[in-house]
This record gives sequence, structure tokens and C-alpha cells, in this order.
Amino acid sequence: MRTINVEKITAEVAQMCKEAAYYLPQDVYEALKKGRETEESPVGQVVLDQIIRNSEIARAEDRPICQDTGMTIIFLEVGQDLHIEGGDLTEAINAGVAKGYTEGYLRKSVVAEPLFDRKNTQNNTPAIIYTKIVPGDQLKIELTCKGFGSENKGGIKMLVPADGVEGVKKAVLDIIQHASCNPCPPMVVGVGIGGTMDQAAYLSKRALMRKITERNAHPDYAALENELLGLINKTGIGPQLGGTTSALAVNIEWGPTHIAGLPVAVTICCHACRHSHRVL
Amino acid sequence: MAETIRITTPLKEEDSRKLRAGDSVLITGTIYSARDAAHKVMTEALARGEKLPIDWNNQIVYYLGPTPAKPGDPIGSCGPTTAGRMDAYTPTMLEQGIKGMIGKGSRAPEVVESMKKNGVTYFAAVGGAAALIAKSVKKYTVIAYPELGPEALAALEVEDFPAIVVIDSEGNDYYEIGQKPYRKL
Ligand code: SF4
Repeated sequence: MRTINVEKITAEVAQMCKEAAYYLPQDVYEALKKGRETEESPVGQVVLDQIIRNSEIARAEDRPICQDTGMTIIFLEVGQDLHIEGGDLTEAINAGVAKGYTEGYLRKSVVAEPLFDRKNTQNNTPAIIYTKIVPGDQLKIELTCKGFGSENKGGIKMLVPADGVEGVKKAVLDIIQHASCNPCPPMVVGVGIGGTMDQAAYLSKRALMRKITERNAHPDYAALENELLGLINKTGIGPQLGGTTSALAVNIEWGPTHIAGLPVAVTICCHACRHSHRVL
Repeated sequence: MAETIRITTPLKEEDSRKLRAGDSVLITGTIYSARDAAHKVMTEALARGEKLPIDWNNQIVYYLGPTPAKPGDPIGSCGPTTAGRMDAYTPTMLEQGIKGMIGKGSRAPEVVESMKKNGVTYFAAVGGAAALIAKSVKKYTVIAYPELGPEALAALEVEDFPAIVVIDSEGNDYYEIGQKPYRKL
């Protein structure tokens, strides 16, 4: 049986936090450049120039793309034949987050309790961790730093089957138009359709981990992604101060649901759509 | 877009009143950073009749919580945070003489009313352009509430800090004006 020591996991996660915070993924960078070419608003062009230049400075100088280095979300795929030794996996991941945020000069933005004390944990832990057990003996880690300017603008709608495709489009557009200039557009829009209320929300997050140049494997959902992107770019929101580049992509993930339901969740990500990946 | 306007702080009311939504500006001088926690502490102090740590008259507030500075740098990445979260405190703060606010995102109607009354301008810095904006910050000094960490009240010496007037002192809102021509739904 293959084994991995938790120390290795801690070290990798620490590195992944810094990578995500400093280096904008290439697909997002290219989409911004493409947006700049087609943007019709002169003010929008100025904003996009700043955003593109910003990501170049961050990459060249190892600096956080944004001061909100987010809450850390981790998607794990643990091979069922893998043995993790040397300690507690969750603790090892959080130790990695603490190390990465401290060594990397990232902002610590997590409070231990949400309502009464709101005391900062001072090391950005705990991370939110989703674990899936899969066949094989590998450990796949996907990490994202999720800023809350955009997170606060997400939403969920429990539609009924009769609402259909039109209902889904309307639900997504309502959430986006309500978010407007606030989530630092151009946005990347994650949509989760189906499952239960919580599952739809999870799927909308998961959708943001996919490359923005990659469409859903199901042709109907792929077409819906394209259609929604076209509609969002007609809202006028643009890159914060109006224009035609409101979103860079719409990524949909879907799952089986109940005969009576059609949950739709939207997670909005800003242009600082940051993630890093490892297979150990 | 029209020419870029250069602003030096302090910002007088008559100069603030000349700015129009959509103007591109470069700000030089001292601006003060404060966000949620500092606003809460300051408005509570005012309610108790206490004096604030700085005289806000003719000053510019920047809604910011930066990343920690790397050794040798004055500041870390330092883009704007969502201004709307400060709306509940803003009218009280504007009565203290603040003439400019820098943040991102829309504002409440009560804030815009208070801006008109006090001759205040709301500037947007580009959300998420935090490493770029850091280039214009020469010095960062914590003035009060150091216990708030990145939320402390601090003075920033800035040179050519890039911003855009989003809401002017007449209440014109560029988020609205800028979107309209491209809204085709
Ligand atoms: S929404 Fe994104 S780009 Fe905007 S401040 Fe938050 S993390 Fe930064």
C-alpha cells in the first residue's frame, strides 16, 4: 500500500496557498486579455488594463494579486488504497494553510465564530475541506483562496421542475444583476444545478475549479453556459464601471435531484479567480 | 475619457465639489485607511462624546485592510474593500469633515444624501488591483487601534494613487451612468 506522510501534505498545502495568491491562472489571464480587446467602454478598458497589469506585477514579484487572500477552500480526492501516516489529515492541511499564509505574507481573514465574538484566528485557519474517497492510491488536492467581496454576492434559488431552463436563466441573471459592480467583475460564475440545497451550493463552488476555457461535457449544459455568458455580458455591469466584459466564463456543474425539485445555486468569483492543484 | 485630474490632500470642499462622476484622478498626499472594525470603534467613541484619534476635516478615507508588508516594503497588497459595509457609519463620519472616500461598490441613498450635503466625493479604486495600487504607497503608519491588525487606523503617504470618481457631490453615480449604454437585456 502506498503511504504519504502528513508532513509532505502540510508542506505542499503551504506552497499551494502562496501559488494561488500570487499567480493568476493562465486561462483567466488570457480571458482578461481577450476581454480587453473586445471591451467597448473606454472606462472599462482602463479598468481591465489595471487588472491585467496587476496580475503581471503579482506574478513577477511574488505578491498577492488581491489584499483579500480569502478563505481557503480545499477539495480533496483521497485514493482508497492510500495510507496517510504521521498524524491527522485535517490538522496537517490546516498547518499548511497557517504556514502558507504566514510565510507568504497573506492576509489572515478568518474569524473563529461568526456572530458574537468574531475573533480572528490569526492564521487563516480553519480551511473549508471537502473530501471525496475515490479508487486508486493518489491524493489529489485542489485549493482556492475565496475572496468575500464576491462570495457575499452569491445566492441560491429553490426552483420547481416547471420553472425549467427559462427559470434557471432568470435565477442566475437575477443573482448577477443584484451583485452588479460589487463582486469585482469581470466575474467567473459558478452554477450548481440539481441535488439538494446544500449540494447545489457545493456544485457551484466545485464548478469554479474547472478551467474557464473548458465547457461542460454535456452538450446541453455547455450550450447553457455559453448562453448565460452572453446574457451576463449584456447586463452592462462590465469591468466594475460599466461595459461589455461583465463575466469571463460561466461554469455549470449539475447533479441528480428529486422529482419535485430544481435547486440552482450561484457562486460568484471575482477576476482574481485563484487556485492551485497537486496530485501526490 | 477625459484627462486625468491630479489631486493633493487635504481635499477642500470647493475642490471636491468640482469633481464629476467618471473623472479619472491621481491622488497624492496623505490618506487614511479604516474599515469595518475601525469605523465601529470611531462611531462608538463619537456617541460617547469622545474625540477621534485624528482630525478628519478635509481628509480622504480609504476602505482598506492590506496584506502584511514583505520585509523592506512599506505595505503589502492594498486594494479597496467593499464600501457598502461602511454605509451604516458613513453619515456620522462625513459630519466629521471627511471630503473623500475611496472604496469599491455601490453606496446607500443615505450616504449619497450626506455626500451632497457635505460636498463629499466617492472614488473607486479598481477592485482587485491590489499589487498595482501598492506601487503608489510610499509609507504606511498605524495611527490608532493597532490591536485591529490590518483593520487598524493608518496613514498612507501616496503618490499618484489611481482612482475614478464614481459618485460626485451632486449624487451622480457612475455605476449607473457607466452601465446604461451597455445594458442590452
Ligand atoms: S472580490 Fe476578489 S478581487 Fe475583489 S477585493 Fe475581494 S478577493 Fe479581491
